[in-house]
Amino acid sequence: MAIATEPVAHSVAYVRAAPVDTQPPPTLARGWIAWVREHLFSSPANALLTLIALYVVYSVVPPLAKFFIFDAVWDGQDRTACLADGGQEVGACWAYVKAKIFYFVYGSYPFDLRWRVNIVFLLGAVGIAWMLWLDAPRRNLGAFYFFVIFPIASFLLLRGSDTFNIERVDTSLWGGILVTLLVSLVGIVFSLPFGILLALGRRSKLPVVRLVSVIFIEIVRGVPLITVLFMANTMLPLFLPGNMSPDRLLRPLVGVALFASAYMAEVVRGGLQAIPKGQYEGAMSLGLGYWQMMRLIILPQALRIVIPGIVNTFIGLFKDTTLVSIVGIFDLLKTVEATLVDPTWATPVTRATGYAFAAIFYFICCYGMSRYSLAVERRLAAGQKR
Amino acid sequence: MSSIPQTAAPPRGSLFYDPRVRGLAYQLLLVLGLTFLIYSAASNAIENLRAAKIASGFGFLSTTSGFDINQRLIAYSAATSTYGEAFIVGLLNTLLVAAIGIVLATILGFVVGIARLSSNWIVAKVAKVYVEMIRNVPLLLQLFIWYNAVLKPLPPPRQSLDLGAGFYLNNRGLFMPDPVFGAGAGFIGWALVAGIAGSIAFRIWARKQQEATGRQFPVGLVALGLIIGLPVVTFFAAGSPITLNYPSLRGFNFAGGLQIFPEFVALLVGLVTYTAAFIAEIVRAGILAVSRGQTEAAHSLGLRNGPTLRLVVIPQAMRVIVPPLTSQYLNLTKNSSLAVAIGYPDLVQVFMGTVLNQTGQAVEVIAITMAVYLTISLVTSLVMNIYNRRVAIVER
Repeated sequence: MAIATEPVAHSVAYVRAAPVDTQPPPTLARGWIAWVREHLFSSPANALLTLIALYVVYSVVPPLAKFFIFDAVWDGQDRTACLADGGQEVGACWAYVKAKIFYFVYGSYPFDLRWRVNIVFLLGAVGIAWMLWLDAPRRNLGAFYFFVIFPIASFLLLRGSDTFNIERVDTSLWGGILVTLLVSLVGIVFSLPFGILLALGRRSKLPVVRLVSVIFIEIVRGVPLITVLFMANTMLPLFLPGNMSPDRLLRPLVGVALFASAYMAEVVRGGLQAIPKGQYEGAMSLGLGYWQMMRLIILPQALRIVIPGIVNTFIGLFKDTTLVSIVGIFDLLKTVEATLVDPTWATPVTRATGYAFAAIFYFICCYGMSRYSLAVERRLAAGQKR
Repeated sequence: MSSIPQTAAPPRGSLFYDPRVRGLAYQLLLVLGLTFLIYSAASNAIENLRAAKIASGFGFLSTTSGFDINQRLIAYSAATSTYGEAFIVGLLNTLLVAAIGIVLATILGFVVGIARLSSNWIVAKVAKVYVEMIRNVPLLLQLFIWYNAVLKPLPPPRQSLDLGAGFYLNNRGLFMPDPVFGAGAGFIGWALVAGIAGSIAFRIWARKQQEATGRQFPVGLVALGLIIGLPVVTFFAAGSPITLNYPSLRGFNFAGGLQIFPEFVALLVGLVTYTAAFIAEIVRAGILAVSRGQTEAAHSLGLRNGPTLRLVVIPQAMRVIVPPLTSQYLNLTKNSSLAVAIGYPDLVQVFMGTVLNQTGQAVEVIAITMAVYLTISLVTSLVMNIYNRRVAIVER
């Protein structure tokens, strides 16, 4: 065996003493060409898929961009701005959205009282931020604010009150984004506590309590929201004594709150089931009663786990608020529909523009919430990651 | 403190602190509260109905309805049909759109879900954008867009879009050739049944053979041949008994052919695209839930890609996919009630809309409608639970 010793190796011409300079990687194995080859054209079938996908993008994106951005009309006083009279193509009529934006936000809420709505929006934003920011100080105070102070304050501000000498505004004047947010917030504010109670009831040891909870949850989850809204609309006045006729806006609110509670109950139940038995036993061995155990030990943990689920339920609820327009409530969708019959802005593109505006609004809200939910999920999973 | 006597029976606490007594008391309270609530609601309702002079009971189901429904799967006419028949028409329309919607949404959802996991970057991105766009916009708005902004502005019948093969699209809906069954068309139906039965028999035989000898048979190909081939052969053998009735333009509208109303098209397209986005996410999660080790182990056993997917990955993914998929099917069925917003005559539109307005019998109408949806939900959950039990992991 020829084992070269050090000096010999140095003397031999073909043994390298210094390291080679690093070469740039071959362009065909690294870099964008390689990336394109690997990710887009790795096989004939893959290349075909790429071409199909590119065709889909080509046939969808440019026309939409042309309609909503390049050919769009951004300024104008009335429909003449958005009519194709000069022969040029006319895209979305954003001037119409600009002209109607306050109607979309406030509905027919009296013009000089809209500052009250703005305050409610501000109060709501504070409450939501307090609840959603998991490291916020005094979150228990935040919960009290969001579930007790905020609803009362907004009720007084929005509707007015004779005892506090705040001018009354009839609910039939409310509309637009105000009502959309109102319906979804009422849904969440009522459904969370009521849903927790139902979830506890469903896991209760008392057979009657369990039965009642199960029946309520399964019936409500088994029927479409629209039937619940119809029921609230037509049957609520029937069930109350003859001289009491609930407010037109209150009826769907009751329906939405009941509907959301059943879904929330199932989400919370998932959290309750995920808490290990030892937590229950530990709490009991400390001598805590049922409500103390739930309030101090179980629910804080269970609710934390199901924050993503709660947010997802809320996204669904937020989208479902559009259904109140079917029973005649002026939410955002209904106000958009209402402006479409306005002759001042009657053009062939108005409808598409109005729908696009509503779609963008809902998309931003829902997408934002789903991002938040994902972030919380990742944060909660951080403890489990190794 | 003196020591506690060891042998004495536990002291009898006050009844107030006895958990069993307390439990009973809570439940009694709940029952009493609910009874009071239901009783007062019922008595108020009876009072209010009497004051409004609205009849009660289910007698209205056999009175003549007096309104027309454009899309019907059974014979129905305004002059002679009853509210009960209107109910059946609405129910069948709901089931029709739900059944077709479930099939199409499943196909589209699986395609998009698998596309999201594709190694092809642009395919995955297109699928992702589709899912995010559709999931974050309310279904009702999407239905309005499909119906009012896409289908309504289509040209009138005279300027119909000709899709070829006798298909025309215009603002009155989709017109397509209508099959006319002549004498002997029944044989084709029987041939189809025979083909399906033969395929099942062949599959059982092939499985037994494989278990006994290890030999595999091309079950899929044989089944395809039997199910498609037999009816085709019968079709020609019976002398082409099925002919197509093509729609043709007469005056201002089409005559002949099959007309699919724009309301149905809009509702179906809206429901399918919306539900498919959710199914895609479920499929994606299900496939991701099967660990890579399973694929690698299957490959190391010598299975090729196709059998690996078919025999190892998909059966395990289905276990994760099926429960949420069921709830999406139920969601689709329940969401079909949004038909009321665009005027498709489904159960809610016909029964809770028109019939409720005409009779005023809110309690009965709403109870019947809710009972229908509840029954659909419960039956579906039951069937899916049975399936789920079959595919669930059997542990110890």
